[in-house]
Amino acid sequence: MGGYTSQELTAIFVMQGFSGLSLFCVFLLMALGLAIIFGQMGVINMAHGEFLTLGAYITWMVSELATQTWPWMQDFYFPLAVVLAFAGTFILGYLVEMLLIRRLYSRPLDTLLATWGLGLILQQIYRSTFGPREVSVTMPDWLMGSWAPTDIIDIPLNGLLVMGITAMMTLLVVILLYRSRWGIKVRATTQNRAMANAAGINTQRVDRFTFALGCGIAGVAGAAFTTIASTGPTTGSLYIVDTFLVVVFGGAASLLGTVVSAFGIAQSQSILEFFLSGSMAKVITLLTVVGILMFRPQGLFASKVRR
Amino acid sequence: MQDSTRSKPAWKRRLLGLALSTGLGFTGMAGAAEVNTTGLAVTDDTVQVGILHSVTGTMAISETGSVEAEKLAIEQINAMGGVLGRQIEIIQEDGASDWPTFAEKARKLLVQDHVAAVFGCWTSASRKAVLPVFENQNGMLYYPTFYEGLEQSKNVIYTGQEATQQIIAGLDWIAKEKDAKTFYLVGSDYIWPRTSNKIARKHIEDVLGGTVVGEEYYPLGNTNFGSLINKIRLKKPDVVYSSIVGGSNVAWWKQLKAAGITADRQTIMTISVTEDEVLGIGGENMEGFYSAMKYFQSLDNENNVAFVNAFKERWGDDSVIGDVTQAAYLGPWLWKAAVEKAGSFDIDAVAAASADIELTTAPEGYVKVHENHHLWSKLRVGQWQADGQAKVVYESELIEPNPFPEGYQ
Repeated sequence: MGGYTSQELTAIFVMQGFSGLSLFCVFLLMALGLAIIFGQMGVINMAHGEFLTLGAYITWMVSELATQTWPWMQDFYFPLAVVLAFAGTFILGYLVEMLLIRRLYSRPLDTLLATWGLGLILQQIYRSTFGPREVSVTMPDWLMGSWAPTDIIDIPLNGLLVMGITAMMTLLVVILLYRSRWGIKVRATTQNRAMANAAGINTQRVDRFTFALGCGIAGVAGAAFTTIASTGPTTGSLYIVDTFLVVVFGGAASLLGTVVSAFGIAQSQSILEFFLSGSMAKVITLLTVVGILMFRPQGLFASKVRR
Repeated sequence: MQDSTRSKPAWKRRLLGLALSTGLGFTGMAGAAEVNTTGLAVTDDTVQVGILHSVTGTMAISETGSVEAEKLAIEQINAMGGVLGRQIEIIQEDGASDWPTFAEKARKLLVQDHVAAVFGCWTSASRKAVLPVFENQNGMLYYPTFYEGLEQSKNVIYTGQEATQQIIAGLDWIAKEKDAKTFYLVGSDYIWPRTSNKIARKHIEDVLGGTVVGEEYYPLGNTNFGSLINKIRLKKPDVVYSSIVGGSNVAWWKQLKAAGITADRQTIMTISVTEDEVLGIGGENMEGFYSAMKYFQSLDNENNVAFVNAFKERWGDDSVIGDVTQAAYLGPWLWKAAVEKAGSFDIDAVAAASADIELTTAPEGYVKVHENHHLWSKLRVGQWQADGQAKVVYESELIEPNPFPEGYQ
């Protein structure tokens, strides 16, 4: 490219790389919860976005409380908000599983419809409670602006925060799945539900916890995304299409697949956006994904599961 | 607000004064048959009108303010005696952010309820959906949003600005003020930003002698602008000209701020941010950037102060008033003036009487209806402050509406 110094080009390269990585983190954080629910229970949670929205609203409420009631808390409220967002959505997820999902097992199309309906109901509840307008979460000062390692490189601090949270949540899920008793039960249930039942695993309880955990992760995602995007009744729907894309492309029931797929989609999107335009990037990404799925309908990393 | 024990608020006194001074009071009241020859919902004491906006669904975020403004205007008109001595009754329908629903509800309001006028719609898509209904059933629509132009109908009064009014004066100002030569156009990917940018590009290249170094569209709902921000960094345009809307809008401004692109490093002018949007974006993220609109809540004139006070008294102290909300407020007043000028509620009479209607009481200042059914209005540039209000830094002369600009299509 003419007219630019190599220093400037390096700076753009670094910042563009960071932008791709932060998109990857957004996708992964969003898809994580959906993937473990879909992977284990075969339930497609169409209300996933609305759990995210709840997390975002909880963050907003904590920030309002912090700025208006306890100003000294303003700089430190965010970690508390993340924890509360997780707790709130976890509890809601637990109740939803108990009252709704449990009754619709082995009817995947019905869960699809039921969770979609739930999503609409939640959206309208948010609208009636918090008003139809978007709200603005007041960021603590240390989260505003950018970190500048050199004169011309600016790394967004909120991007770093989202990355940190994504890394933490992914690690947590990996540890839970592969290093805990619950993880053993989950994997057993995923591989063969009937046998797991016969071996004395309470699969119903495993399901309930998995569903609640998936929703809890969505809540954390919601809290994290308040720093980079909007908070309104329909915020969740902004992310949901990309999220489904990531999960389906990665291959259900595969954590590694979700990670790889999120990375692939995010990077190609981000690079294409840089050289083409936003809309064209989306078109090409979607076409590529559709093309690959035609040859690999199970997704990139299909795990061998007996059903 | 109808509490008679309190002393009359300022706007009531002013409106009462207006009614008396213009002699539009209660004299010469005609019977229902005389003022209504086409079977509209008009009795000797009442007249029914429709409000058709989305109060559910994704558009509720934008349309709520319009509903509030229209109701306020109607209540104020009723308080000063109504229209041709008749109290206005509202039939409200919900378009539910769904264009076919808009058309269906419009048909219901016209065919079943026979309303004398409808105040409603927000997006161009919803207006396009109801337009054939209003034209076939001969109804009257007051449409509040600034929009892309290229439309004109006997059955619609456009109370917001069409694209040339909003774009050209704003570009002229920023080119002069910032000595800008290079422009980067960004928008959401649908008709309004694309048409607006077509007009902007033409004006920049042909009239201002500048260059457009980039023009880009992102899908509605896009939440990641990292790549775009890097491209802007690389191209270093004098001005970024933005028409990104909806949830994307919040992400766009937050990420600009986070990327270290603040107003002292980059001039950005937008035609899609009003006080309503700033509520969600956060004033601290918009500080120093410019919006080109015809109205800002902070306008310092007598009409506007009275309007803002009345609005807050009616809808709460936290309310904010954006450009479209003010334009929606004009709808009932313009209709009232047209009906009184025509001496009839008949749609044909009202449509014919609408041209040249003047409103000196508008919060935005003086407006006048053009014979193309758009409004003469001023363009203002506001610079956003941390508290979410804009400081008006430029005000144009009255601009003639020109929905079909020659050579710009």
